[in-house]
Amino acid sequence: MNVTALLLSRLQFAFTISFHIIFPSFTIGLAAWLTVLEALHLRTGRQVYRVLFEFWLKIFGVAFGLGVVSGIVMGFQFGTNWSVLSRMSGPIQGPLLSYETFTAFYLEASFFGILLFGRSRVPPWFYLFSTAMVALGTTLSAFWIMANNSWMQAPVGYVIQNGMFVPNDWLKIIFSPVLWVRFPHMLLASYITGAFCVAATGAWYALRGVFSAEARIMLRMGLYLAALLVPMQIVFGHLTGDYVHDYQPAKFAAIEGRWHDEQPASEVLLAIPDSASESNKYAISVPVLGSLIGSMSLHSKEVGLTDFPRANRPPVVIPFFAFRVMVGCGLAMLLLAWVGTYLSRKGRIEQSRLLLWLTFLSFPLPFIATLTGWFTAEVGRQPWTVYGLLRTADSVTPFLTARTALTSLIVYCAVYTFIFAFGIFYIYRLLRAGPVGGVLVQPAGATPARPMSIVDEVPAASAGDVPTAMHPVTWTK
Amino acid sequence: MVIFWVSVLALSILLYVLLDGFDLGVGILFGLTRDDGRRHALMSAVAPVWDGNETWLVVAGVVLWGAFPVVYATLFSALYLPLLLMLAGLILRGVAFEFRHKTRRLRWVWDAAFSGGSIVAAFMQGMMVGALVEGLPMSHGEYSGGEFGWLSPFTVICGVGLSLGYTLLGACWLIRKCDAEVRASAYRLIPYLSLALLVFFVTVFVYALSEHLRVMGRWFERPYLFAFPLVAATAAIVLAASVRHRRDGPPFYMGALIFAAAFGTFAATFWPYMIPFSITVDQAAAPHSSLAFMFWGEGLFVLPLMLIYTAISYRVFRGKVQSDPHHD
Repeated sequence: MNVTALLLSRLQFAFTISFHIIFPSFTIGLAAWLTVLEALHLRTGRQVYRVLFEFWLKIFGVAFGLGVVSGIVMGFQFGTNWSVLSRMSGPIQGPLLSYETFTAFYLEASFFGILLFGRSRVPPWFYLFSTAMVALGTTLSAFWIMANNSWMQAPVGYVIQNGMFVPNDWLKIIFSPVLWVRFPHMLLASYITGAFCVAATGAWYALRGVFSAEARIMLRMGLYLAALLVPMQIVFGHLTGDYVHDYQPAKFAAIEGRWHDEQPASEVLLAIPDSASESNKYAISVPVLGSLIGSMSLHSKEVGLTDFPRANRPPVVIPFFAFRVMVGCGLAMLLLAWVGTYLSRKGRIEQSRLLLWLTFLSFPLPFIATLTGWFTAEVGRQPWTVYGLLRTADSVTPFLTARTALTSLIVYCAVYTFIFAFGIFYIYRLLRAGPVGGVLVQPAGATPARPMSIVDEVPAASAGDVPTAMHPVTWTK
Repeated sequence: MVIFWVSVLALSILLYVLLDGFDLGVGILFGLTRDDGRRHALMSAVAPVWDGNETWLVVAGVVLWGAFPVVYATLFSALYLPLLLMLAGLILRGVAFEFRHKTRRLRWVWDAAFSGGSIVAAFMQGMMVGALVEGLPMSHGEYSGGEFGWLSPFTVICGVGLSLGYTLLGACWLIRKCDAEVRASAYRLIPYLSLALLVFFVTVFVYALSEHLRVMGRWFERPYLFAFPLVAATAAIVLAASVRHRRDGPPFYMGALIFAAAFGTFAATFWPYMIPFSITVDQAAAPHSSLAFMFWGEGLFVLPLMLIYTAISYRVFRGKVQSDPHHD
């Protein structure tokens, strides 16, 4: 393959967005979890919920900060590497993404400040309200991003004038049916990510025999929630598949590994797709199931890739395998959540070290599922950026040279690897330490604008005088 | 509608330059001292506000994309490398605020990231402004300058100039926020910085005259432009007087006024062009349906809230930072 500016720009986008999505998908779930904890604390008055709240708030702070930092690059990258796309679709993508900055930033920043400083200054119900507003902020952010991406996947509500996509019906864009299955799909993914991270942390402490009260709650709540949400996620996953089937048949065929029209269609469970011979090797398939999944019918004809000219086909291998990895992770999580919930109802979960180990080791599963889900969606929509209307090859900045693109790819890789290695190490350190020291003393150095500063260990003496003097000099060593 | 969004864009850029300007300046000054106590004070003077300051850059970016997509696409792709380096600088200096306190052994790494990132970001911003003033190579509304079309002796001078300007603003901020040795050395530094800045202005002026930059013609067509340097000169005189009498309040506002005057000069000189002398505001504006969609939600309701929020957070963190009793 020729190393072109186009290929390098795609690699750069894939790298930066993949790194970025890890953090929001974690924090959206965590913000909801914090809201639940605070509500439980308010209702039951039990201190353990408060301890857990303060503990997860610290982890939220670091992950949130890394999400913000990696998100800034995204806003510039459309312009630098994809100038044709950003000019043509700017009238639609620009307003959607500007809404994200305006609404999500405002909610998150102002109410996160109250979470850090406001405990003693606002009534308890307002503190709970602030937690919910932070959760709403992260959710709104996800909404606008999904609105933007869904418009690119299934463009609606536009006319083309002077080489631009001009919006003529915002209601259609905001209430696109595609958006309203994909947004819940992403939201559920985030909640499940949060649930598994919480459960895995509980399992870790249970295995080590520390923080048993907290571990118990985390393990149970995480697994129960997952046991409810994973089946819902499978339903929304199926609905998402339906939209792909109807709006993006070439992507659907690539995911299914279906090269030729079939009636009734079989479902390929596993195979090695080969684009050169336009066939699958070592295929394991189930007859008729393909029609059933695609059209809920026993006889339907399902479209194969060879119906589309080669220039309009997505690459097959990545969507095909990414989709199967995602589904595999989903099924593994379902099994784990259900068995775990069952054992916990029987009161035997703490004795089952095998299940605790599996739960502990399961924390990468939701992240892998989210990433591979996005790989399926984004690689599968190739060769288009705006589906069926604008090709990826025509979207890239026309005068961008391979040398420049390579430079930026290397710089981003280096900077991201550097800062994320440290960030993840700090999250690990917090998790390993556990909810120690009971309720956190609010650090004077921490500010709403600097979420990560809450992690610093502040000497209690200097943090006592927070209310009057949020003087930032009481830094921590 | 177009005028509304031009104003929002101008406001967010101006706020960015004034606010992130002083904290980038403090970052540059950070590199000039080795003493850990002073470094600590410098960082504390901007720590509570830097992140909010930087948000105005993101706001300006998305408003530019939504309201003026042609300029967003043209400018950002043309300024590929300076933007890349600016972002890398901003990221590194941003995480340094947090990470330098998590390690003793590797603190020097984050200190270097903080001052280095600040200088790189300031310098790149200066170069980009310079490239706009000098005029990016454009043909038929498209950028045609290649990888380094933005690079010239003039833009390098502008990079140095903006870094100096930010440093001046940073020193004025330190006078407001700090005590003792930090405040005293900021006072000592300001005359030198002002002098260097004056030299910069003269150099730019001579260069612009000798190269017959098209910008200069505007000054004869629009004599009211001379009001801006007049404002700046007045501000400079007040600045000098308050530095002489060691009055902590006014210098920062005077520094900000000088910047605002410079910004006003650019805006009024180039109007109605957004990319000087090739793309006008009206040519660049997004269709009415896009501007109206943005106006009725984020423009009318969220923007005022954001401004109030910024004002409140500065009010909360007003006053001098106290020296750290637990300092190591």
